[in-house]
Amino acid sequence: MRLQDIVRGLEEGNRRALARAITYVENDYPEGKEIMKRVFKKTGNAHVVGITGFPGVGKSTTVSKLVQKFREKGRKVGVVAVDPGSPFTGGALLGDRLRMEGLDVSKNLWLDPGVFFRSMSSRGRAGGLAAKTGDVIRLLDAFGFDVILVETVGAGQSEVDIVEVADTSIVVMMPEMGDDIQINKAGILEIGDIYVVNKADLGGAEKTVKWLKSMIMMDQEAVEILSKTSHADEYAVESGEIFERMKRSSDWTPPIITTVADRGEGIDELVDAIEKHFNHLKSSGKLKERRVRRISREVFSIITEEIRNILINEKGGSFREVVEMVVNNEIDPHTAAERMIRDLRTNT
Amino acid sequence: MERKIRVLVAKVGLDGHDRGAKVVARFLRDAGFEVIYTGLHRTPEEVAMAAVQEDVDVVGISLHSGAHMTLVPKVMRYIEEYGGDLSEMVILVGGIVPEDDIQKLKEMGVDGVFIPGTPIERIIDFIRKRVPEKKRGEKAKA
Amino acid sequence: MENRKIEEMKKEREKWENSCLAPYMDRFGERDEMFETLSGIKVNRIYDPTDTAHIDYIRDINYPGQYPYTRGVYPTMYRGRLWTMRQFSGFGTAEDTNARWKLLLKEGQTGLSTAFDFPTLMGIDSDSPLADGEVGKVGVAVDTLKDFEILFDGIPLDRVSTSFTINPPAAVILAMYVAIGDMQGVPREQLRGTIQNDMLKEFHAQNTLVLPPEPSVKIITDIFEWGVENVPKFNLISISGYHIREAGSTAVQELAFTIADGMAYVEAAIERGIDIDRLAPQLSFFFNSHNNFFEEIAKFRAARRMWARIMREEYGAKDPRSWWLKFHTQTAGCSLTAQQPLNNIVRTTIQAMAAVLGGTQSLHTNSFDEAWALPSEEAVRVALRTQQIIAFESGIPDTIDPLAGSYYVEWLTDKMEKLAWNYIEQIRKMGEGSMLRGVLKGIEDGFFVKEISRAAAEYQRDVEEGRRTIVGVNRYTIEEKLNIPILKVDEEVQRKQIERLRRIKAERDDEAVKEALNWLRSAAENDENVMPAILQAVKVYATEGEIMGVLKEVYGTYRKPVII
Repeated sequence: MRLQDIVRGLEEGNRRALARAITYVENDYPEGKEIMKRVFKKTGNAHVVGITGFPGVGKSTTVSKLVQKFREKGRKVGVVAVDPGSPFTGGALLGDRLRMEGLDVSKNLWLDPGVFFRSMSSRGRAGGLAAKTGDVIRLLDAFGFDVILVETVGAGQSEVDIVEVADTSIVVMMPEMGDDIQINKAGILEIGDIYVVNKADLGGAEKTVKWLKSMIMMDQEAVEILSKTSHADEYAVESGEIFERMKRSSDWTPPIITTVADRGEGIDELVDAIEKHFNHLKSSGKLKERRVRRISREVFSIITEEIRNILINEKGGSFREVVEMVVNNEIDPHTAAERMIRDLRTNT
Repeated sequence: MERKIRVLVAKVGLDGHDRGAKVVARFLRDAGFEVIYTGLHRTPEEVAMAAVQEDVDVVGISLHSGAHMTLVPKVMRYIEEYGGDLSEMVILVGGIVPEDDIQKLKEMGVDGVFIPGTPIERIIDFIRKRVPEKKRGEKAKA
Repeated sequence: MENRKIEEMKKEREKWENSCLAPYMDRFGERDEMFETLSGIKVNRIYDPTDTAHIDYIRDINYPGQYPYTRGVYPTMYRGRLWTMRQFSGFGTAEDTNARWKLLLKEGQTGLSTAFDFPTLMGIDSDSPLADGEVGKVGVAVDTLKDFEILFDGIPLDRVSTSFTINPPAAVILAMYVAIGDMQGVPREQLRGTIQNDMLKEFHAQNTLVLPPEPSVKIITDIFEWGVENVPKFNLISISGYHIREAGSTAVQELAFTIADGMAYVEAAIERGIDIDRLAPQLSFFFNSHNNFFEEIAKFRAARRMWARIMREEYGAKDPRSWWLKFHTQTAGCSLTAQQPLNNIVRTTIQAMAAVLGGTQSLHTNSFDEAWALPSEEAVRVALRTQQIIAFESGIPDTIDPLAGSYYVEWLTDKMEKLAWNYIEQIRKMGEGSMLRGVLKGIEDGFFVKEISRAAAEYQRDVEEGRRTIVGVNRYTIEEKLNIPILKVDEEVQRKQIERLRRIKAERDDEAVKEALNWLRSAAENDENVMPAILQAVKVYATEGEIMGVLKEVYGTYRKPVII
């Protein structure tokens, strides 16, 4: 497919053009960048909802039920599901694509023109997302999806990158998951705008809800303390988004929804909470604030990446030279860096 | 970054024998492909739509029900109907397929048919060779 | 054995190792550094009495017909009566299958076994778009009682026993069989046969999935409850390891998961208040017989011993008949190769011998062309002849359990049992003491699927890397043009079947159908036994799809998570 066909196809609502655009973006083709430039103006309308949580808590089922519910409300839904990919072979097993009730054709989400599902490999990247997840979301956004659901890898690592792309982050848990040191370490307790305790029929859900409540309360106390100390700003710089979450929790207390996603129980409440959170972001001005922050970070990282590329490609020779000098104990790494920066300033 | 070969491993129809499909999916992953497995009991429409949305290079259809002559052409027809381009997508069929049906499937545009007992290495080699060939618009030789 | 004698033996063995074996090993070595069974059990160079010293003959083996039945459930075994040669068959329309059955009965087969097509197995009518291309393909299509009337035309139900390989709609098929019996005037208590009716293994392996796990078990328990009262000679379930093995499990997993499922069903029945001594004789099992000869024999012997102990000691069954594990065996379909297909006759022979040496009650031998398509008539005949040759020419069935006392076989029987128990205890722990909860939890968590998938991938890797030889596939290959006469189902079958279904729907009493289906819905909603309503629905020609449709409405449908 040629570039102009893709761009036109995107405007005309052609699924295949969207699919191919994603492929270009995901693989960092020059065409991908071009497409992003052309469609960017159309982005910024979708509500991006992230879903994260440990393996086996029912993320995929929850996503499927959310898609179904949003469709019933007439929203168009894009889904990006990220799965782990090996950094060594590059191989990946992707997707538990939308799970539907049996063989019922009438509610077929796979065939619904208002639904688009794309699986992505993390390609060995940590943090729970693929490198290009942000751009893929933008493509779906530009294509006109009202809601974009992003499901993270869900390998139980610290999957906090979701806050970098999502307006609303949902953390899915299940009963008997409280007090687990792994959860605390994974950092997902700080990032939720909404918490879901799924598989509530298993029993023990109340305990998990109670435990979550106390964790969230502790969070808020920490916010109070931090905001009163002079070190608050310093902290914010260091831990970025996480602190921003804490600050926000003073006017948004994350609700805890119990669900049995298998049976669709609690999904209405979850959708309500998602919409309420989006309204809160919009009315409080937080949405803009968060997007400013997110985009600064993104532009910053593009710059970093570009400089890296310049160093590796254009300045490869002088870069190797200064490294060699450090190896030979002729200069120290700081001096080496200073020289390279001077070089960049004068010659580019 | 080098473009990864994406493969849709699809179970179409009502048979529940997924041992072959799952083992192949695993081996393809280990060979460095990005593999999307559809799960069981998919209709031709669903498989076709997934192939288009996931923009895969290869669609591998596994079936043991004997319904390949009905279902495989259907998958291909729907891929085109949903805007997919069969001229650059490699279509493979795996499962119990008798010899004269293999010929017929190939005439319909299926790139390769793999019967039980085929070393998976051979499937991997076939994909590595056939995907770029097809992208360049070459005819199948197999 | 006395300790003194064991010590003596150990010394003798050491002497042999040093003076006889060692110099020989130095000169010639062995073919491989390690030998193992298909389950990965390490096989020693040799077994002697020290390996079986912990086994007590009376306690652990005993005579046939005596607890724990390691040597067989009957005192005379095949000296009294040979196993039932039960070839699984069915294709096309009911007329086609009826003709094939009559042929098989004439050929000397002693029991019928029905293969259904996929739509029937999934509870989908032939006229559904989902059935397109699959009607009559891998078995016979059944939509209504009319199909059963044709299927059993000229076959008196009081003279045959019929096995039905069907699971989610097992209740419907049992009801149809009973209805045919009623029509023929055969008293229900005389009906003999088996419905597979084992949903748990569907979740683990075979994937014929319609309703969620818990309602599936509920309906199976309904069938138990109804069956002990109404069809006391009918096997109400065939607890199956066959498909678990076909999905790629090891022999140990097959044994362990099958026994675990069996325990789960028994616990469900006990919870329902069914008298275990009434139900137990109506339980049957179904195993796979694969290539590793001794491992398979050990598996069958271990299964019998385990089940006897479980039923007697864990569930308190009092009637010795309740302790018997009676089983059907099918040779391993997954072991057949498309390459050099005649080799499959040899594989099947070895597997059939293992089943007979393991004391099976009935046996299906695969046809050599089954890696390709439905078996041809000639291939089916060879498969049946294989059993007949074992029965009448080999002398194998003339003495009972001839491998008992083999140091290797007894050691391996014991080993299989121990490894299987490890799994069972793990499952019991998952269910906090309940096997029923444990198995359901294992399904929910994907435990069984993961275990089986892992084994399947390991097996394949061994084959790919040449560590495991498959003759004709990765060794001793030839250039060959595959030329097997293959039975292909006429595409007309689908059209004819749909036409018949339409005709029935037009002719039947729709009011009566509606009434019966409403009864079924209310029975399901009110947690009553669904069997009487299903029997009524069948008799007024409700379709299988309509009956299953009601159950799906009430219980929901199940979609299996993707676990690779």
